[in-house]
Amino acid sequence: MRRSAAVLAVIAAVSLAACSSSSGGGSASTSPTASTSSSSAAAISGPITVFAASSLKGAFTDIGTAFQQAYPGTTVTFNFGPSSGLATQITQGAPADVFASASKKTMETVTTAGDATNTEVFATNTMEIATPASGGASVTSLADLSKPSIKVAVCQKDVPCGVAAQTLFDQNKVTVTPSTEEVDVKAVLSKVELGEVDAGIVYVTDVKAAADKVKGIEIPAAQNVETRYPIAPITKSANSATAQAFVDFVLSRAGQTILGNAGFAQP
Amino acid sequence: MSRRRRTATSPPWPVAVPAFLALAFLALPVVGLLIRTPWAHLLEILTSKTSLDALRLSLETSAAATIIAFLIGVPLAWVLARSEFVGRRFARALVTVPLVLPPVVGGIALLLAFGRRGFVGQYLDSCCGITLPFTTPGVVVAETFVAMPFLIITVEGALRGLDSKLEDAAATLGAGRWLIFRRVTLPLIAPSLIAGAVLTFARALGEFGATITFAGNLPGVTQTLPLAVYVGLEGDLDQAIALSLILLLVSIAVLVGLRDRWLRTGSAS
Repeated sequence: MRRSAAVLAVIAAVSLAACSSSSGGGSASTSPTASTSSSSAAAISGPITVFAASSLKGAFTDIGTAFQQAYPGTTVTFNFGPSSGLATQITQGAPADVFASASKKTMETVTTAGDATNTEVFATNTMEIATPASGGASVTSLADLSKPSIKVAVCQKDVPCGVAAQTLFDQNKVTVTPSTEEVDVKAVLSKVELGEVDAGIVYVTDVKAAADKVKGIEIPAAQNVETRYPIAPITKSANSATAQAFVDFVLSRAGQTILGNAGFAQP
Repeated sequence: MSRRRRTATSPPWPVAVPAFLALAFLALPVVGLLIRTPWAHLLEILTSKTSLDALRLSLETSAAATIIAFLIGVPLAWVLARSEFVGRRFARALVTVPLVLPPVVGGIALLLAFGRRGFVGQYLDSCCGITLPFTTPGVVVAETFVAMPFLIITVEGALRGLDSKLEDAAATLGAGRWLIFRRVTLPLIAPSLIAGAVLTFARALGEFGATITFAGNLPGVTQTLPLAVYVGLEGDLDQAIALSLILLLVSIAVLVGLRDRWLRTGSAS
């Protein structure tokens, strides 16, 4: 009897460990969307949850703070992650109020499912090679990445930054065998920061946000790939007035200034 | 004995209702998975290169992790159960750390120790050209780190509960300590060894956090089944569900096998 009790305890521990491992996805917590009073449907207040691509983390965190200052009474919670994963979460009914994606294709997943209608491009971004701040193998151009001795990290193929990396290699006729396909762009950046890879393909804005933690190697404009970021309020939002206000704020001068400071270009 | 007494009473409703809720709570997600399984093209998805690569890699690395855990974990279990040394309690606590540590944290810790710039990994790299991250051996390292404590704890418990009379008898007959360990102790704890190994294999098979953090994600090299499921969520939901179904089936098979083992030993003792 004691033995079987011990086994049960171990099995319980197994399932516990399994649970915790599934939370490894790197998405921030989302607060339950409390519904605001329906009588004041046009009032801009209360909580909203914004699902945004990983690459927007720095800029959107700042925009969120500025938005809450501009509209007292609102609270903005972010769920940053890989765009395609966020799109799946939204179409599966996750309580999002706004979706900001790093690609037209992932936004289309959401509009096709009827979860959003009015999409607008609010920023563009280009790619850059990130290398460790010190002591990495010498990488000076895109062509260096095809050397077998160079370890390269890219985003996995279903994520916008992975698609962009592949397009970048294809259109410059560079054959790269990556060492790893990470789940999102921030994971690529951490592998570079840790020095586990010699180079990673990330957005220009990521290199800028990482400051001196990585060394960026610019890709000439003629070789580079442009990514366009669409944003849309989610149709089923419980707080659609605030959701629309947030979208407008991102498109406003204040929002565009913050995005510009982070290295994004205007569409 | 106790079983007969238990079956006679039906539970009072304050027990029965929450008990039913608990059971439903555990069963419903599995039902959800089965309902959404794309049965029509299940075979096609499961025989795709991504799925087969991930399945093969998962089975191979989990088997390797179990073997390594066996080779170094069982001796550690013996030491923890039988010998007295300074810091034994600390060592026992250390063994349980990977059980309660979130696997992602384990992955980061592994990177900082065995990564290319880790305090151990940099010497592996400079002396022998071995780098573990982004390689299949790296997956085995991550899985062993997370899963080995299950074997150690199970076997240590069995060793502690073992009646030492048989080992003493072997000693009086002139058997050496190594011979006793091999021919008396190991056979006596065989059921626990098997149970521990099965648990270790199951945990290694489901490993996600430490693997994706330490070993990265590359199809055919480090992308095990759980990683393929997670990546599937980004692109092909059907594939994620189909692969989840495989993991579910393997888990059930493991638990059924485990239960059998325990029932048999239970009735024998």
